[in-house]
Amino acid sequence: MLKTELCGIEFENPLILAAGIMGSTASSMNWILDSGAGGVVTKSFSKEANYGYKNPTMAEVEGGVINAIGLSSPGLDLFKEELKLVKREHENNPRIAIASIYGSTPEEFSYISKEIQGLVDMIELNVSCPHAMSGCGAAIGQDPNLTEKIVKIVKKSSSIPIIAKLTPNVTNINEIAIAAETGGADAITLINSLGPGMKINIETGVPILSNKFGGMSGPAIKPIALKCVWDVYETCNIPIIGVGGIRNYKDVVEFLYAGASAIQIGTGIMYEGVEIFSKIATGLKKFMIQNDFNSTCEMTGYSHND
Amino acid sequence: MNKIDINNYKILEIKEIISETDSIKTFIFDWNMKELKIPKPGQFVMIWSFSKVVDEKPMSISFIDKVNNQIGVTVKNVGEFTNNLHNLNIGDRLGIRGPYGNGFKLKESDKDKTILAIGGGVGMAPIACFVEYAREKAAKVHVISASVTKSELLFEERLSKLGANIFTCTDDGTCGYEGFATHRTIDLLESNHYDMAVVCGPELMMEGTFNLLEDHEISAQFSMERYMKCAMGLCGQCCLDDAGWRVCVEGPVFSSEDLKKIKEFGKYHRDSSGSKKNF
Repeated sequence: MLKTELCGIEFENPLILAAGIMGSTASSMNWILDSGAGGVVTKSFSKEANYGYKNPTMAEVEGGVINAIGLSSPGLDLFKEELKLVKREHENNPRIAIASIYGSTPEEFSYISKEIQGLVDMIELNVSCPHAMSGCGAAIGQDPNLTEKIVKIVKKSSSIPIIAKLTPNVTNINEIAIAAETGGADAITLINSLGPGMKINIETGVPILSNKFGGMSGPAIKPIALKCVWDVYETCNIPIIGVGGIRNYKDVVEFLYAGASAIQIGTGIMYEGVEIFSKIATGLKKFMIQNDFNSTCEMTGYSHND
Repeated sequence: MNKIDINNYKILEIKEIISETDSIKTFIFDWNMKELKIPKPGQFVMIWSFSKVVDEKPMSISFIDKVNNQIGVTVKNVGEFTNNLHNLNIGDRLGIRGPYGNGFKLKESDKDKTILAIGGGVGMAPIACFVEYAREKAAKVHVISASVTKSELLFEERLSKLGANIFTCTDDGTCGYEGFATHRTIDLLESNHYDMAVVCGPELMMEGTFNLLEDHEISAQFSMERYMKCAMGLCGQCCLDDAGWRVCVEGPVFSSEDLKKIKEFGKYHRDSSGSKKNF
């Protein structure tokens, strides 16, 4: 009932671990898959190792957290070893591994993409991190021309589907989504963390994050994520993966109704534990039975009048 | 989960600094047990240094004083962050959030049991805290306190006062027993029966004691340390191979049964980029 097809790839369910959360090792991703996720997105990695920002790298705020981990990863060569250990099948059921990659040039994206063909089922381009080093992340995703160029070059070097993960921190999300679609993206993930935002400790006068600002995630950003999904669903023809503030099955239903074909869960793990995936799957199934839905694709875009 | 605002910093003045050894100091803070979450032995807090050297690290809680509403952390000077802490004075402030993770478990029915508590170096911090707790419950406790040399031994007097039997050992024999914690453990296991054990120290020492305790079929709990970032169970930095468990949520204390699923135990840890570093 929850089986979901996305870009020709079959998922056991539409619930996917979001990039940057518990995705640094094969072990943690396998645990999330064992916990009922239909797929996992890795923590973003690039060609070279990166140690990230100094602590504090995360702070709880009203309605979620802000983070500036700083895209830490051991780099392509070592991360490939982790990817090899992700169990992409369990008792003949597919478990989907999606690599999140970042870079500062189209060539870097293209190089990484070639290197990981065969190790993952899909690639998600992180052109949207709000606290990345200059030239990476949102610096790309706020520029439609650069977004199109990067998607295009990666598409050329990849035989597996390419997803562009976009930032909500733009004047017009449709403009960027169209650029990604024109570049040949197979799907779009909406949204990366919001902001960036800040939190200042008033007893000391010091911003808590060592980077001073960081991307906001958690329940508070859900209405914004939902609107982005809604808008892009009306504009583009490629599938959308919704992410932002999902904590329960009702949130998932909202995202599907707004136009998402699948969803991702990240910060929700802090509130609900890794059990969040199985809990949502159970709730979603029940909802579908009660409302006469046979598959999640019937729910995608349900609230649009057309 | 009973969170009681554990993710928000309490900015606390250092109330007392105890120089335990040349390289180890204990920092005491006021901790209102009524308003804040009461820590359990084996749990940790995140210590945020917000001036000079800005950084934040996990530290095991070494003192829990419910009567005087105080907690303490015991810190060895091993790098830039801890060196900065060692240069602080009474009245200086630090940010503290927590307590986090699972502490050492001691069931009510365990109070008649004989417990072996093993601490290596500054690993004595959570062990001492646990011994206090176990003695309150009137359990019989034997403590192995290990260090490189006599002057670096921790909490001998504190634990003697509690009525625990202390067995020291040092690498150089200056305490009267030359050898590692594992050697002391072998000796004690020959002449004593233990129902359970708790262990904290350098990982290779923990691995050695794990093997000994397994051979004697003594169920044990081990306090693990890994590079930590968020301590909220999100970033994935402290996840352990192969189970994937987070040291900050499922740990830092793991049972021997859990440890059998942690293949990296005694072998490697990861730096802040996620690269493996062998022990």
